[in-house]
Amino acid sequence: MLRYSVKRLGLALVIVSVAMLLLFCMIYLIPGDPAAVALGPRATEAMREGLRIKMGLDKPVWVQFWNFFSAAWQGDLGRDVLSDRPVATVVMEQLPYTLALIFGGISWSVTLGIPLGCWAAVERGTVADRIVGVLSVAVIAVPSFVVAIYALLIFAVALRWLPAIGAGEPGDIGDQLVHLILPSLAVGLGWVGYIARMVRASMLEVLESQHIRTARAFGLPERMITYRYALTIAILPTVTLLGVGIGQMLSSAVFAEIVFARPGVGKLVYDAILTRNYPLVTGAVLVTTILFVLLNLVADLIVGALDPRVRSRL
Amino acid sequence: MTVLAIKGLNVTFSTEGGQLHALKNVSFEVPERRIVGVVGESGCGKSTLINAILGLLADNGSVDAGSITFEGEDLTRLGAARMQELRGQRISTVFQDPMGALNPVLSVGRQMRNIQYRSGRSRNEKDARSEAMLRQVRIPDAQSALAQYPHEFSGGMQQRVAIAMALMMRPALLIADEPTTALDATLEVATIELLQELQQDIACSVLFISHHLGVIAELCDDVVVMYAGEVVERGTTRQVFHAPCHPYTRRLLECDPARQSGRTRHLPTIPGEVPDLRHRPPGCVFATRCDQRVDACDKTPPDVAVAAGHVARCVLAAAR
Repeated sequence: MLRYSVKRLGLALVIVSVAMLLLFCMIYLIPGDPAAVALGPRATEAMREGLRIKMGLDKPVWVQFWNFFSAAWQGDLGRDVLSDRPVATVVMEQLPYTLALIFGGISWSVTLGIPLGCWAAVERGTVADRIVGVLSVAVIAVPSFVVAIYALLIFAVALRWLPAIGAGEPGDIGDQLVHLILPSLAVGLGWVGYIARMVRASMLEVLESQHIRTARAFGLPERMITYRYALTIAILPTVTLLGVGIGQMLSSAVFAEIVFARPGVGKLVYDAILTRNYPLVTGAVLVTTILFVLLNLVADLIVGALDPRVRSRL
Repeated sequence: MTVLAIKGLNVTFSTEGGQLHALKNVSFEVPERRIVGVVGESGCGKSTLINAILGLLADNGSVDAGSITFEGEDLTRLGAARMQELRGQRISTVFQDPMGALNPVLSVGRQMRNIQYRSGRSRNEKDARSEAMLRQVRIPDAQSALAQYPHEFSGGMQQRVAIAMALMMRPALLIADEPTTALDATLEVATIELLQELQQDIACSVLFISHHLGVIAELCDDVVVMYAGEVVERGTTRQVFHAPCHPYTRRLLECDPARQSGRTRHLPTIPGEVPDLRHRPPGCVFATRCDQRVDACDKTPPDVAVAAGHVARCVLAAAR
């Protein structure tokens, strides 16, 4: 297990490095002069030249990349052009809100998706199974920003059950949780459908296997067979799927944060793009990438913890 | 005393191609403390027979006629709850492929504890019972084996674990569904010896399903020969192996590679194919492949008692 974890961590570092290279290329290829953009139209050529040198833009490309790369690994993601604060600090301030949103989305999708999928598999071929199937496809098809807008209109504006905007009072966990309900639903609802479909399919496969027949031949109660003997195996592919799905949830989070006017990395990137605050965009995207890679690693480790066969192969 | 008595059992499956008559008029008995072997080719209805006894027929299958009497209760009439109570406690099963038969993500100890869920014992007592059972099937270091997972054992060890699980509740009947087919020859002998020893100790009856004639001859007291969902011949092992009365049994014995004397380029086979069970021939089911066919074979053959306890479903048996 330890060797596996170290190996996967090494791979994660490589992935982040490649992501950095791509990110650097992207910024480098954006047309226009960053110094000119930062200083605005009234700056003199001398001022622009000064800033270019300060930003290291006069150096060869590979030197620029190396500077960016080595600084980033030391946690230095440059400075926010507008506030002149370190980008790392600014992003880290916003990160907890986005993390809460993602975990809220995962909670919705897991607590609804797994039981629904399991139920549909046990009741396969019945009306209940069909209804779950149609609903799953429906929620997968609806984009998360549409869910966000309708959730806001129905539950916050019309019914006034839940708050419409913000992330709640700092320090007040209860208030923050109430503010999290609708945005995390917007992020997680589509995944309820994915997970329900996935769990149903893998449950049906597992329920056909020989060891389930053995469990029945031993007279074990059907409930024990479904939840202990079959579901434990059937959720393994779902965990892997969720690890990959976190990428999509991160992009849904951008919309949810904008619609619900919540702080968070998505909102930060959105605002930074509008103000052409490139160091902030780069820093936030990089942090998001690292988050994605790390959560994927966590998903793989969870699979290892749940499946002794995977564990011993490592 | 008879532990299991099957009388006139008929099982059909409704398929897209029509009704499939999988078991036709199957009758035989498993007496107390005896080992009864069931032989037959693949597709002869051995698995259907097991599923019918266990009450685990697929949704499209049903028992149309006949009875399966186990310790005085007709299993075909039992409710699902009572049937579930018997499985694993009074009737237990060892399956062919030990790796596939054990749950891959639960430890052996956990699975053995779950089988005892009805016993009302404490967790420690259950684990002690599991450990004792593993020791009895000669798993080395039984205590740490409880914490291990099925894939950590070799094939032979897995099958011994499966046997330990099946016999843990001291059932009256053990169904062994080709338990040695997936094992190599030396392990096969060891497993057979272990089964014999445990059968003596627990004093249970065994329904031993196999297509390996040598194993059947070695292990079983009685033999039931199945062909295309029918019991074509049954009797003691001596009767069936030394004086086979059904042409199918004779051909089957002739085809046993172990009986070949001298060198041969081709192993003998029975020409023809098993009939499509959706369209059973009206008369004898073996008639199309039989080299002793007579006109009377077009009618349903009678079960002829050729000796005490020796029955063959063939018109020629009556003439002998």
